[in-house]
Amino acid sequence: MSNALPSVVAQAPPLPEIYFLNSPDPLTTELPLKTDEDVVRLRKQLREQLVSIGFSLIEQTKMITAASELARNTLRYGGGGCARILERRDGTRIGIQLDFEDKGPGIPDVQLALTDGYTSGGGLGLGLSGSKRLSDEFYIETEIGKGTLVKIVKWKPF
Amino acid sequence: MERIPILKMGRLLLVTIQVDMHDRLAMTLQDDLMARIVKENAKGVLIDISALDIVDSFIGRMISNTAGMAKILDAQTVLVGMQPAVAMTLVELGLTLPGVSTALDVERGIKLLQASLE
Repeated sequence: MSNALPSVVAQAPPLPEIYFLNSPDPLTTELPLKTDEDVVRLRKQLREQLVSIGFSLIEQTKMITAASELARNTLRYGGGGCARILERRDGTRIGIQLDFEDKGPGIPDVQLALTDGYTSGGGLGLGLSGSKRLSDEFYIETEIGKGTLVKIVKWKPF
Repeated sequence: MERIPILKMGRLLLVTIQVDMHDRLAMTLQDDLMARIVKENAKGVLIDISALDIVDSFIGRMISNTAGMAKILDAQTVLVGMQPAVAMTLVELGLTLPGVSTALDVERGIKLLQASLE
């Protein structure tokens, strides 16, 4: 019995926290998009985060308007989903990324959907194309029957 | 239910939007305005959006449609108080509010409406 291993193994000290310059900031807010009121809540939350980073009023207005358009798409065409607000750092740049995710029918023709004035649902057809113009980066992933993920990024100008 | 108040001033209707509107609230306002134009025999509608931080395509379309519908009901619509950042964003979004008269503030908007009544 004297050869038995000690029952308590010394614990390694915790690793220091490391932040990589290009990794997204761990600060992420996720909000549901199920009702009209959720869109208003998203706009409010986003405004607070944009202000805290120091975006100018015009930049805030552009990004919140883009968010409003995309949130409406998630709600109307995607049947609801969620939005995520992420702080991004890239070298010395700082920005905000927004993800809109739904498990709806997907978009059959993304190029067509990105055309000004094209709509499948009786709107003005400015939601996708307009929010693309209002943001610095725009990504869209969609699969028929699986859903749609739209990401936009706005960087704070120096 | 949440509603945006509509004030009557002579033959004008005055609406000041002071809350961040969701889509249903915007549609309710449009319906209420049409009903009031007919009920009060109003000749002018003034919509003050100076407290609105954003106008997206849905609200823009609601305003545009409201002006068009009011015109058919023989009432002029003037949109006042748009913040500069909102105007810049609207144009970049691709929305130009065709058929909507605008004025810088409530005072000028009322003058514009009264001039068209005479």
